[in-house]
Amino acid sequence: MNQQFEYINPQSLDEAVKLAGQGSVYAGGTDLLGLMKNDIAHPQRLVNLKALPELKAVERQKGKGLRLGALVTLNELAENEMLQKDFPAISQAAGSAASPQLRNVGTLGGNLCQRPRCWYFRGDFDCLRKGGATCFAMDGENKYHCVVGGDGCYIVHPSDMAVALLALEAKLEIYGPGGQRLLPISHFYVLPEDDPTVETVLQPGEIITSVIVPEQPVGSRSVFVKFRERSAWDFAVVSVAAALQVQNGAISGGKIALGGVAPVPWLDKKLNNTLAGTALDENGINKIAASALTDAEPLEQNGYKVILARNMIKGVLQSLAG
Amino acid sequence: MAEKDISRRIFIKRLGTGVAGSGLALSQLSAAVSAGKDDDAGEKAPKDQVLLQLTVNGKAVRLHIPASLTLAELLRDRLNLSGTKVVCNHGECGACTVLLDGKAVYSCHILALDAAGKEVLTVEGLLKGEELHPLQEAFVKEDGLQCGFCTPGQIMSAYALLKQKPHPTPDDIREGMAGNLCRCGAYPKIAQSVLAAAKSNARAER
Repeated sequence: MNQQFEYINPQSLDEAVKLAGQGSVYAGGTDLLGLMKNDIAHPQRLVNLKALPELKAVERQKGKGLRLGALVTLNELAENEMLQKDFPAISQAAGSAASPQLRNVGTLGGNLCQRPRCWYFRGDFDCLRKGGATCFAMDGENKYHCVVGGDGCYIVHPSDMAVALLALEAKLEIYGPGGQRLLPISHFYVLPEDDPTVETVLQPGEIITSVIVPEQPVGSRSVFVKFRERSAWDFAVVSVAAALQVQNGAISGGKIALGGVAPVPWLDKKLNNTLAGTALDENGINKIAASALTDAEPLEQNGYKVILARNMIKGVLQSLAG
Repeated sequence: MAEKDISRRIFIKRLGTGVAGSGLALSQLSAAVSAGKDDDAGEKAPKDQVLLQLTVNGKAVRLHIPASLTLAELLRDRLNLSGTKVVCNHGECGACTVLLDGKAVYSCHILALDAAGKEVLTVEGLLKGEELHPLQEAFVKEDGLQCGFCTPGQIMSAYALLKQKPHPTPDDIREGMAGNLCRCGAYPKIAQSVLAAAKSNARAER
């Protein structure tokens, strides 16, 4: 690779945080190396988090829920039998990301922090997200861009894990120069209207150390589905994650999160307000699906995403009802 | 000729440099390894280089490299193991697939330093002397390739798959091999080759 940088194995999390202030944290590297090869990132220093075994644990404590270390690989999540049984949305999302080779290397924390796949951002365009003046997708090739939440920049967030974790109301443990903080994943991502040059609220030197997933109420069911243009090794055109409680044939609580529709993993307010109390019969399912993305403002080429998302929501609800 | 007895030489003759061109470099690897051994443990690394120690195809390797060297660059350019192919160089096509501690990875898309202390297995490491691995034999017998350039990566992915799932279903194969592209579109025969290798392994087990 053409770039020069130093590669440091920190001895402790504190040392990693200290060093990361003037460099990039580096875990699987599947996204960062691509950004470096595409001349988008130019870190002078890579702080190798793989040197910290404490970030690799998968733990479950009764009553407290799951703690997933940020360095657990996507394949480890996909193949974890406990997750497959009790948190299927997590293992399904992990198993549907990227390819087997990338899932062996890519980590949970890295998946949450990956940068967008917009071809203008990845390509040789001085776009708004790279500090330029224009979003080229707005009037350009925007088939895969967002239908809601875009404001000047029309990326979609590419993480599958984030969509599943948003439905499960996960929290992120973040460690940095100011100590530790716990942040709901719903507060982690940044809309372009707030800052079009970053995707997350992570500050320099801050590291996601683990993801906390609350124990789901009895009777909960979770599922993640992803529509891709080919059935493997592709990013989501639209994804839907649901973590719902169902009692007597009606939804009693829970969330549905959408991927591929917005610059951040998306919790549609009207959709989620329609869930509780609605029966999982044909009428109820239609009503819920129709409440999704009512405020969408598609670009020239991506209006299909609204229909696709609503139909996928129907499919998810039918599978949970069945 | 009995198909079982395809030798490496005949195989190369048939396929050019694709699959097993790989085997040619074993002797050069030994040279690189012994050169590494000449370094004193306390020797200062050349400017902008760092010491890397790992195991490649069962042999200890110790050498100084720049941090920016990818694992594929290490294998091909420093250790002369050119069986591993680089096509997209972006971790997308799978031609560079090798095993790292038993798991398939894109060697073009991880740094050589990420392999420090670990075991790398390349397509060259599948050979036993002149004898092809059953997977390589299966790709020949089943015609699992056209131009052959993606084949070393396909075989390494298949190797990782069969290690984890010795009796794969056709769906397991499609999913397990999903990270390897073939621009010739030889997918049906690639899948058939993997299935054939799994069956011959199963026969060998009995």
